[in-house]
Amino acid sequence: MAKRYDIVIVGAGPAGLAAAEAALAQGARVAWLDAQSAAGGQVWRKDIRYGWPRQAARVITEVVNHPHATWMPQTQVIAAEQNALLLQNEREGWRITYGSLILATGARELLLPFPGWTLPGITGAGGLQALVKQGWPLDGRRVVIAGSGPLLLAAAVTAKRHGAHVLGIYEQASDAAVHGFARKLWRWPGKALQAAVLRSQLAGIPYHCGSIVTRALGEHALERIEIDGPHGTQRIECDQLAIGYGLVPNVELAQMLGCAMKQEGAHPCVDVDTSQRTSVTNIYAAGELCGIGGRDCAWLEGRIAGLVAAGADIDASLLRQQRHARTFAAALREHFKLDPYIHDLAQPDTLICRCEDVPLQALKDYDDARSAKLATRCGMGACQGRICGTALAELGLFPRSGQRPPLFPARLASLGELASSSETEGSFS
Amino acid sequence: MKSYDLIIVGAGIIGTACADYASQQGLRVAIVEPGPIGGGATAAAMGHLVAMDDDPAELALANYSLGLWEDFTQVAQIEYNRCGTLWVASSDAEYAHIPEKIARLAAVGVQAELIDGEQLYRLEPALQRGLAGGMHVAREAVVYPPGMARHLLDRARARGALLYSQRVTAITQQGVQLDDQTSLAGSVLVATGCALPELLPQLPMRARKGHLVITDRYPGLIHHQLLELGYADSAHGDADSSVAFNVQPRPTGQILIGSSREYGSETSQVSMPMIQRMLERTFRYLPALRQLDALRIWTGFRPVSADGLPYLGRVPEHTNVWVAAGHEGLGITTSLGSARLVIDQWLGRAAAIDARPYDPARAVACV
Repeated sequence: MAKRYDIVIVGAGPAGLAAAEAALAQGARVAWLDAQSAAGGQVWRKDIRYGWPRQAARVITEVVNHPHATWMPQTQVIAAEQNALLLQNEREGWRITYGSLILATGARELLLPFPGWTLPGITGAGGLQALVKQGWPLDGRRVVIAGSGPLLLAAAVTAKRHGAHVLGIYEQASDAAVHGFARKLWRWPGKALQAAVLRSQLAGIPYHCGSIVTRALGEHALERIEIDGPHGTQRIECDQLAIGYGLVPNVELAQMLGCAMKQEGAHPCVDVDTSQRTSVTNIYAAGELCGIGGRDCAWLEGRIAGLVAAGADIDASLLRQQRHARTFAAALREHFKLDPYIHDLAQPDTLICRCEDVPLQALKDYDDARSAKLATRCGMGACQGRICGTALAELGLFPRSGQRPPLFPARLASLGELASSSETEGSFS
Repeated sequence: MKSYDLIIVGAGIIGTACADYASQQGLRVAIVEPGPIGGGATAAAMGHLVAMDDDPAELALANYSLGLWEDFTQVAQIEYNRCGTLWVASSDAEYAHIPEKIARLAAVGVQAELIDGEQLYRLEPALQRGLAGGMHVAREAVVYPPGMARHLLDRARARGALLYSQRVTAITQQGVQLDDQTSLAGSVLVATGCALPELLPQLPMRARKGHLVITDRYPGLIHHQLLELGYADSAHGDADSSVAFNVQPRPTGQILIGSSREYGSETSQVSMPMIQRMLERTFRYLPALRQLDALRIWTGFRPVSADGLPYLGRVPEHTNVWVAAGHEGLGITTSLGSARLVIDQWLGRAAAIDARPYDPARAVACV
């Protein structure tokens, strides 16, 4: 028999946490789950050395220990049915049902292909941050941080804190765009403070604008990179490159549940109303999957979703704050818009699909993702096109084709043993 | 208006096989397909090349086709892998019927051998203990069906066949009308599988949904296409829904798991209860699969004719409209023979096997 909860929250980042806190305060019975072993999401990921950021630690502890909360760490949603989710952890698979469902599945990094990008030693910017916080050693290693957006600063701070020798931050947006953005920051005092703190922690690390990593070189692992910048091309010897071009919403579960989408640039995000309701009754979405908006926006939307799902009223000031936070996201998008040059970095032999080793040239004869997949296996691997499909959409080649269940690689036992059935395993003799 | 000898509607494995053979015979061919090549039942199929002995006409067509497949064993994109078929007997009763099956297959020239329990576990150590034995058909193979459809289309195009990416909206006196308001003139061959009733409503066609699961890479765990001997009961029975043990090693090391059959479900949505039934059936035979990771689940629809045999030939009361559709779960195996049967009739030649069991007139008559 599937266990039922008033409210199920998928994702334990700022949006999920805020939703859980708000719903619990209204007396709801809440189950919340996350693929990671500790709550906090990507932005408040627990650091093996330094723990959670101070502002997150209190609320995480409170929510995890709340008597009406059921916390399911290291748990993934592998498939969805009518009002039920199929879950899996390291040991078992099971099914839960819900009155309301709040999706807070966040975002992932946008990784774009360039020559050499698959060499060992290259990760996403957030990817490096996650690895380091989980104990991956960086002591004394020469690290370059590149790509675009404020995430680069946070990644650099984490790397430096863990003993890396950060050679520099290379931002693709122009000097004018970045400074234009900085001049607007006063409108979001929290963000301005955050930026100032990050900058102070990064003292001594050069920050270069208008700089694009065009190539990574190395025999068996990364040895050096080439960067095109305002002063021409330079080569940098390094051990580690952390490169990310911003974030894309994780909408796969919402899509599987039938929630309506809208486009944000080349990528879909969940369409919600001012109460964070999706197009599907009793399903809410909050935070990055509704469009990249950042931590503060995610927190506010999570709170709104948690209150509405629990049947409480929301006051106008909360909605006002949320709208203001969304304007920050719009400014971010405008100022960190990707230079079209980045779309042209991949060469014919550059791998696009890392799971199935498919180079760019293999895809040139196809007009849609499904034909390309059937012919080349592009997107057939374990990530189901989360990386290559997103990159191909960003490069303007073709939009990603639909996700198929399971949402993540799932043990056959989890998929096969969820319902009672007349057929049982037995001996044949 | 552009004119062709033959306008083939549909570029699944049946339509492309027809285009390949027709162009080889010197016909001027057009193929009309608005979607991906081999993107319908062809893409959803397992790609097992197999002779089933339950129906003489089906066996004749399969056997004829399996011979034609031998010309394609070296084409990379088809991923031809002669892994053989191992039919597994779960009971002494099933085991006792194997000699009759072997005799029926031998009568048309397909070699199969009886396998006792001990040999069975030598061939497939991962099978559950307690099975009675089985039947090994060594020359059967698995292929990648969309790769074959593309290969056949490429060959036809190299001989001058033209691909139109439009949709056929109507069959006319002269040929077909396309959805961009243009028309093509010529004989029409409809090979649209489950979509047949859109153009030829007089020929009964039902869609029989199936589910497949593919795992991550586990090379060497199984070696043959494995089926339970009860598979034919599921395949040929008319139950609303049924499952059977049917598992295949892919050249990538992945394991493809089938099979389910279901009438009455029209959406392509995955049914988790059906997946559970299918997997429980699988675990009975291959318990080691429990701990493997599944990467993807998909569904597809098998086109089922009035009596389970394909319609291959001229459509009654039309002088110039032909059909090749309704192969249920055997369309990959029988594609090449089906194409020859239809095109040879179109050319006025005697077909290599008796064409009468597949004559579309039989279905029109019984409506």
